[in-house]
Amino acid sequence: MARTVVIDPVTRIEGHAKITLQLDDDGHLVDSRFHVVEYRGFETFCEGRPFTEMAGITARICGICPVSHLLAAAKTGDKLLAVQIPAAALKLRRLLNLAQITQSHALSFFHLSSPDFLLGWESDPARRNLFGLMAADPELARAGIRLRQFGQQILELLGGRKIHAAWAVPGGVRSPLSAEARDWILARLPEAQATIRLALELHKRQLDGPLQQEQRLFGSFPSLFMGLVTPEGLWEHLDGQLRFRASDGTIVADGLREDDYASFLAEAVEPWSYLKFPYYRPLGYPDGMYRVGPLARLNVCDRIGTPWADRELAEFRQRSGQVAISSFAYHHARLVEIVACLEAIATLVEDPELMHGRVRCRASLNHHEAVGVSEAPRGTLFHHYRVDDDGLLTKVNLIIATGQNNLAMNRTVHQIARAYIPDPVPAGVEIPEALLNRLEAGIRCFDPCLSCSTHAAGQMPLAIRLVAADGRVLAERCRG
Amino acid sequence: MSVITLQVDGRDVAVPAGSTLLQAIRAAGLSVPTLCHLDGLDPVGACRLCLVEVEGSQRLLAACASEASEGQVIRTDTTQLQGYRRMAVELFFAEGNHVCAFCVANGQCELQDVAVAVGMDHSRFPYQYPQRSVDASHRHFSLDHNRCILCTRCVRVCDQIEGAHVWDVAERGSDCRIVAGLDQPWGEVEACTSCGKCVDVCPTGALYANEDTTAEKHPHPERAHQLRRAREHQQWLR
Repeated sequence: MARTVVIDPVTRIEGHAKITLQLDDDGHLVDSRFHVVEYRGFETFCEGRPFTEMAGITARICGICPVSHLLAAAKTGDKLLAVQIPAAALKLRRLLNLAQITQSHALSFFHLSSPDFLLGWESDPARRNLFGLMAADPELARAGIRLRQFGQQILELLGGRKIHAAWAVPGGVRSPLSAEARDWILARLPEAQATIRLALELHKRQLDGPLQQEQRLFGSFPSLFMGLVTPEGLWEHLDGQLRFRASDGTIVADGLREDDYASFLAEAVEPWSYLKFPYYRPLGYPDGMYRVGPLARLNVCDRIGTPWADRELAEFRQRSGQVAISSFAYHHARLVEIVACLEAIATLVEDPELMHGRVRCRASLNHHEAVGVSEAPRGTLFHHYRVDDDGLLTKVNLIIATGQNNLAMNRTVHQIARAYIPDPVPAGVEIPEALLNRLEAGIRCFDPCLSCSTHAAGQMPLAIRLVAADGRVLAERCRG
Repeated sequence: MSVITLQVDGRDVAVPAGSTLLQAIRAAGLSVPTLCHLDGLDPVGACRLCLVEVEGSQRLLAACASEASEGQVIRTDTTQLQGYRRMAVELFFAEGNHVCAFCVANGQCELQDVAVAVGMDHSRFPYQYPQRSVDASHRHFSLDHNRCILCTRCVRVCDQIEGAHVWDVAERGSDCRIVAGLDQPWGEVEACTSCGKCVDVCPTGALYANEDTTAEKHPHPERAHQLRRAREHQQWLR
């Protein structure tokens, strides 16, 4: 008999995300879908605006990673102006992105995901959050919060504010780094490094112990991986070129330029989600599924290029394979990337060129179309603008990291549902808390933006529906 | 020079004959919010923010455009006036597309300042979201009609100080807008000397330099007064 089970309160759902599990006549699971049911429309309402505003406008897409949009928009603006920005500006932008990746990854690991690992999947949902972690392990929680603060503080030192600082602009950045800011970063680096060392040790112990099943069942499947690498094949987060690597280690495509993205990426649309489904064009849809983000960046690069991070990368590959295919390895990859970021920050702040005063070049519009790219914490981000003779936007296309992981997130949900719900599902079934939590955690491996906005206080708004072959909703659980 | 005396919010004040009520209010050490008014430009009384009560008068008067007279008793800060001022500011916001988050004038905007001053934290009127365009045809400057509050400072500074008279006001009601030349793209108006005074005096982000991005506008509304004083009194003061 059809029935609906509801968990109150549902006020924070706001259509952010929904999961449906589709059953056939015999109660067997045939499909699982991760729906994003919010529509924001940035691409449309930006049309008619001056391209110089895009950094400021698109940064507002996200409160966790505004820097990613800021940098992609500024880089697209550079190309429209046809300028090569001053060397100091280039380095300052890199410093900004490194700080951004550090703070976002720290948020994902410590605030959002570690409560599951440290407090247990079956623990009380009301306490399975950062506050529960603070009660259970106050030192670790404090260290994690301060690591995020380290990244956030660098953003403020550079841009004047932690969130939505419109500091990167077409042509460069607005202001150089002050000596006081550089000294602050240098003074706080050792603590940040100690925290990430502690987190890595802890997480590796868990991967070798209680989290082995999750590594097998949380989105472990072959796919392509895409990310930026330097021309030498090293880990890259802002410039460089794009590379696709397959799960067997083959480099499928290399040296790709963001300007040509339409030749190797295409986007499919499904009627049940507002999130588009990008895929690798030569393999078609949905075979062209690829993953982006920390896992992909570690998989596509040959090495990172700094000593500590390279040692961690080697260990990561020993543990998860030369190409790690489990989405659960995103968590470990995030920690390795924080090491890479801290080493790169240490090198950058010692660079005297960072303090040079000339950080912005001025020019008029010189091109009508441009594509900019940056590696957001969650993966590769493309901004594509077309403008008229006056610099007003006539076409905007944004390909966002979370979207590029859409196919893989759906696959992950299906894999987890298949592993944890009974087969067939008996009549009158209750969706157990453990499944709800694991599905949530499966999505959280990818650290999608929809979890950023509401999950930090405890839980990601999530609705799960069990749908029979005739479309009847057999069971539904909502949490928000 | 003859002097008149009047009372503003209980304070006696003496000002030269011919002064406006706004000058009398300031002479009394008080202030009222203004947007269209700018020292150095002729008053128009367009924004209605400087409305004051005058004892014995049924009408509220725009202080910037009303001449003070002997023995007047003025009130500038009654509950009624506070309500009207807040309503006027809410209507400015509801009538245009004012998105501070990425506006060039964010943090340097007189409309923003006035909203804070009158205690506006939201608009009680539905936002109209009008479809308006940006004129970015000028080599150095742009006009974003979405942010224009029709204060006409640009019209007056161009006419009264620069003498080029590039700007005018066209249409009526909600279609009312600033036009360049004979309603041409700004970049095609030969009369424009590209002096930038209109940008300097614009109280919002409606007029801005093309290279400015979010919160980068640095307006100079004081220049209208400086230029007028220099021209009329040969005093080149900053």
